Amino acid sequence: MDVRVQEQDFDISAEIAAMRSGNPKIGAIASFVGVVRDINEGDSVATMSLEHYPGMTEKSIAAIITEARGRWEVLDALVIHRVGTLKPTDQIVLVIVASTHRGDAFAACEFIMDYLKTRAPFWKKEITPQGGRWVDARVTDDRAAQRWERDDKQGK
Amino acid sequence: MITLLYFARLREALGTGREQIDLPAGASTLGTLRAQLSQRGEAWAREMAAGRNLRAAVNQEIAGPDTPVKDGDEVAFFPPVTGG
Repeated sequence: MDVRVQEQDFDISAEIAAMRSGNPKIGAIASFVGVVRDINEGDSVATMSLEHYPGMTEKSIAAIITEARGRWEVLDALVIHRVGTLKPTDQIVLVIVASTHRGDAFAACEFIMDYLKTRAPFWKKEITPQGGRWVDARVTDDRAAQRWERDDKQGK
Repeated sequence: MITLLYFARLREALGTGREQIDLPAGASTLGTLRAQLSQRGEAWAREMAAGRNLRAAVNQEIAGPDTPVKDGDEVAFFPPVTGG
């Protein structure tokens, strides 16, 4: 299990290769990559800057992974989130989950991403031709996270 | 002393990201601390107002208005998060 907050880009192939090497129990790996879009709320975005709360960010993501491990079979998990200045088409976040079977890998990967969106302390500021603008939290992200709370009792 | 941290839009609006203060008398919870901070002036009154959608953490754990605050704590205020 690994959590990294960094300015540098990441290489999904290298990360998946590192995860599966030497672990023959792994039968399924699900991954998610978030990418910076060039349009948000109708305005073109030139660059985006990402701020975070050092220390709490890493802890909160580690807690989300721990919660995922309690709900599904998770053999390994990795979250990389970039901070600093990013531009459209840049990769921003990576989640990789390894499990024995695909069902657990898919579910845990989506759960980690949904909880990260609403719980991990990152803030995006878009720089548009009209100036800088802090991105508002989305109700749809809250709903995506709440979905898992309703499913809480179902477990594996 | 407590450490106060402010992030993102809130940091810009208040003009500070970090400060250390003596825990004000009567500010034994996050809610009472926030109410005291809102007395500091116009920007503070506006940003820390009860109706404002702010999140907070005490010692890097998400906290609510009733969470106790004590000497030595790290208290952070911030807008709803927008990562990912």
